[in-house]
Amino acid sequence: MPRDGCNAPAPQSAALRGWLGTTNKMQILGLYNYWIFIVLMMCGFYVVISRGNLVKKLVGLNIFQTSVFILYISMGKIIGGTAPILTGTATVYSNPLPHVLILTAIVVGIATTALGLALVVRIHEAYGTIEEDEIHAQSEDEAL
Amino acid sequence: MTEHLPALQVVVPLIAAPLCALLRPGRAVWLLAMATCALCLLIAALLLDQVLARGVISYAMGGWPAPWGIEYRVDVANAYMLLVVATIGAVVMAFARTVVEQRIRLPASKQPWFYTTYLLCLTGLLGMIVTGDAFNVFVFLEISSLSSYVLISIGRDRRALTAAYQYLIMGTIGATFILIGIGFLYVMTGTLNMADLTARLPAVADTRTVRAAFAFLTIGISLKLALFPLHLWLPNAYAYAPSAVTAFLAATATKVAIYVLLRFFFTIFGAQFSFGTMRLDVILLPLALAGIFSASVVAIFQTNVKRMLAYSSVAQIGYMILGISLVSVTGLTAAISHLFNHALMKGTLFMALGCVSFRIGAVSLDRLAGVGRIMPWTMGAFVIGGLSLIGVPLTAGFVSKWYLILGALERGWWPVALLVLLTSLLAVVYIWRVVETAYFQPAPEGRATGEAPLALLAPTWTLALANLYFGLDTSLNAGVARRAAEALLGVGP
Amino acid sequence: MNSETILPLALFIPLASACFIALNDGRPDWREGATLLGSLLLLGVVLSLLPAVAAGARPTVDLLEFAPGLPLRLSVEPLGMTFAAVAALLWPLNSLYSIGYMRGNQEQHQTRFYVCFAIAIASAIGIAFAGNLLTLFIFYEALTLSTYPLVTHKGTEEAKQAGRLYLGILIGTSIGFLLLAIVWTWAVAGTLEFAPGGILAGKVDGPLVNVLLALYMFGIGKAALMPFHRWLPAAMVAPTPVSALLHAVAVVKAGVFSVLKVIVYIFGIDFLKDTGASNWLMWVAALTVLLASFVALTKDNLKARLAYSTVSQLGYVVLGAALATSMGVIGGSMQIVMHAFGKITLFFCAGAIYTAAHKTEVSQLDGLGRAMPFTFGAFLIGALSIIGLPPLGGSWSKWYLLVGAADAEQWALMAVLLLSSLLNVAYLLPVPARGFFAAAPAGGAAQIPIREAPLACVVPLCLTALGCLWLFFQADSLYALLAPITVR
Repeated sequence: MPRDGCNAPAPQSAALRGWLGTTNKMQILGLYNYWIFIVLMMCGFYVVISRGNLVKKLVGLNIFQTSVFILYISMGKIIGGTAPILTGTATVYSNPLPHVLILTAIVVGIATTALGLALVVRIHEAYGTIEEDEIHAQSEDEAL
Repeated sequence: MTEHLPALQVVVPLIAAPLCALLRPGRAVWLLAMATCALCLLIAALLLDQVLARGVISYAMGGWPAPWGIEYRVDVANAYMLLVVATIGAVVMAFARTVVEQRIRLPASKQPWFYTTYLLCLTGLLGMIVTGDAFNVFVFLEISSLSSYVLISIGRDRRALTAAYQYLIMGTIGATFILIGIGFLYVMTGTLNMADLTARLPAVADTRTVRAAFAFLTIGISLKLALFPLHLWLPNAYAYAPSAVTAFLAATATKVAIYVLLRFFFTIFGAQFSFGTMRLDVILLPLALAGIFSASVVAIFQTNVKRMLAYSSVAQIGYMILGISLVSVTGLTAAISHLFNHALMKGTLFMALGCVSFRIGAVSLDRLAGVGRIMPWTMGAFVIGGLSLIGVPLTAGFVSKWYLILGALERGWWPVALLVLLTSLLAVVYIWRVVETAYFQPAPEGRATGEAPLALLAPTWTLALANLYFGLDTSLNAGVARRAAEALLGVGP
Repeated sequence: MNSETILPLALFIPLASACFIALNDGRPDWREGATLLGSLLLLGVVLSLLPAVAAGARPTVDLLEFAPGLPLRLSVEPLGMTFAAVAALLWPLNSLYSIGYMRGNQEQHQTRFYVCFAIAIASAIGIAFAGNLLTLFIFYEALTLSTYPLVTHKGTEEAKQAGRLYLGILIGTSIGFLLLAIVWTWAVAGTLEFAPGGILAGKVDGPLVNVLLALYMFGIGKAALMPFHRWLPAAMVAPTPVSALLHAVAVVKAGVFSVLKVIVYIFGIDFLKDTGASNWLMWVAALTVLLASFVALTKDNLKARLAYSTVSQLGYVVLGAALATSMGVIGGSMQIVMHAFGKITLFFCAGAIYTAAHKTEVSQLDGLGRAMPFTFGAFLIGALSIIGLPPLGGSWSKWYLLVGAADAEQWALMAVLLLSSLLNVAYLLPVPARGFFAAAPAGGAAQIPIREAPLACVVPLCLTALGCLWLFFQADSLYALLAPITVR
């Protein structure tokens, strides 16, 4: 697994660095993809916490994970850069490494979702419901 | 061959896992899994031996040199952790066979999948330890987590399913936080190699991004290691998982998360940044103490003994975090030593409980009445594990407690030392509730049971005797732990 | 064989006999033979160390390295030699007695009993020969745990409650205070060796010395210093041989022995005298002596009375140590020996009375002395020795303690000692007096037939009573053995 471009931080990373270091109003809108990341992350997180339906929780978890994918993809993008294919003409490339990393993370996300859904199916078989409070009530009865 | 050991440590169980799934159910599957675990243990022992003799081993995965390729980097700290995990992995595998064949609600045709999942989990844990690449940590973390969700969900009780689901949600949130943290670090430094990160971080340390990365990593790892108050997934997961799985996870999973914490905060960020600039100790210390205290008290009031031990695990994790928050060689030695000692004692206790539930079918306190007479060997191992948990001299638990108190006194933190001792007495209370029930209450009429089979007793007693042995010979759990602590703090030879 | 090679044997023999006993579960004769043989071998080993130690040798063996500079070390010095000799001398007698008692009362779980007993003896020997505080602490805890099954031997609800109290107080104090004190000592002094003259001088000062001393003194719960004495009367639910050897000799003596070791070799009596840190301890000990005596007066149960008497007599040892004079320390050390022989005699008698007549209360003993003349005669001798009358061993320890108090110019304490001796008379002598002189309750037959306990019970108690007498004439050699411990 070779990783290129490790040594040179991408220019946009520098922009992000600058934004996070000193809040520059000009850059706030320009960094809209990072805003999307934050909003998605919070939405997903909120759904995970607030919903009692086990499937909806998984949906929230998915949104939460997907937001991180956007973070990684954004950080690899370089304004004006092309795909990193060595044709000899282009001089500015997007950093391919975050994209490769996030392929792995996507696989992990799929596996998590699949496993989570499988568990929900089994829970439905065992309890006859996928609502958290009803399951909880049944478990309480069992404990008594 | 020996130069490929770091890779083999991960590759061997990774290849064996799908092979297990291909085999027919029966003895051969277990033999393959057992041989794999034994081989892992051998590799881990050889690695530790090499590291102690010759210093840090760096292995370039696939021949790509660091920092471009993935580097596997073994120093004293992770060689020690490899040995802990591989040992527990092998011992519990020996224990698992009887449990899988007779106690788990799996049709015979599905049994090989248990071994596959177990080996995958082991792969993930070993990989997290051995790797020197930050993103690789995340990948292996997810491998071990996903397989541990599966392992927990096959418990006999239907509550195991909800426990696994809860763990899945919490674990995924934790892992995603870690992923975000690693992403921020990459943004700032352009590297994922740990050694490279260490070199490049100081230049950019004083930025909001790095601090955000630090915060995300702290919370993510704390979720995985069940730091109070992020421990809510743990008691149910441990209580309802099959006994072999509980023994394995309790002794390894949270320990590896603590190792990751050590690696990130001491090696990558550096103790100066983590504890000097970010004052992490100010957060960790109260949380550790609160965790130790509250979990010990809650443990006293549990009726399910497995759940009681699970809360005790939360308390014990508090001891390790307490050792870390002392930020001294002695404190860190205590924490690293306790990683090992706690693996031994909890492994013993959970396996002894596994023996009990194998015969009696339940582990609630009232069902344990009279077990001490019926199953003297099982309860003997339980008592040894319990004494070690309390920290009685001549057991492994005493070693870590000694260093922990010494570390607290060195810092002049009196109340901390006193609280540690006080909470040991809480451990006496909850362990002795079990001992009194097992030995003094008469067994209910008509319970036709006997001692657990040898296949279960032998691994249990292996760990029980290890508790005694490492209480006497402390060259590994204190000597090597100290070298690991020095390596992490960057002092000493 | 030199002393260094013999020394580990003293630990190994009782442990080996424990294993052997465990293997012979179904064969009582083999099991008890192993106990007796083990105890005699141990006696031989311990006595063979005596001449060398008396000549000034300090054989030392390192077993393992616990931490850098902190080995598990066995080392013999006169104080430990004395304690070990007492334990080793009394174990064979107690084994013989146990056989008579356990068979006579048809107790359950006899194998477990003998195994735990042998392990407890090994722990006591380990405490006696401990070369540093860590080793002492390890065997101290081992002793607590190995005696727990003995205390709860009967398995009744009462035994369970007593076991809780026993374990709660002993583990609680030792982990809560003693361990803290030891780690503290290690942190400030960098060593835990028992060194003549102490290791703490100049390392701690001011009120902290008092705090550290308090942690040690209350941490050693086995010394039964009030208010941590409740475990000792509770432990009396155990079978009488356990009360006799462990709760009159091994366990409590391990406690006061540890107190002496800490005062003499960790603090150093000069250091204590200079700082005056042990003054409060004198008064706590004096209070323990008096209060426990008063409580003993109120107890009708014979074993309970003897237990409180033990608490009181242990106070003497702590008092001797707290005086921080060499005479006081020597008096305290002698008290360990003298009280051991006296108290084991009394407990043997209590057990013999229970076995032969099934009487447990003092008020039931009227006229019994005529039926059991040897038992009550031995009780009288033991009681007189504990009171401190010549020509019995106990008189010497009381004498040296009085001299020590005079040296320290603590006149009030001398008065306490004398008053306590009177109290001893008041609670101990009624037992033989009732036995010999009071009229038997039922009908008062003129001629009461002799009805003693089994021979295996009566012989040991006569021997220990004779031992009290013999010790009176051995005081010189004992003094010569103990004198070097306070010399730097």
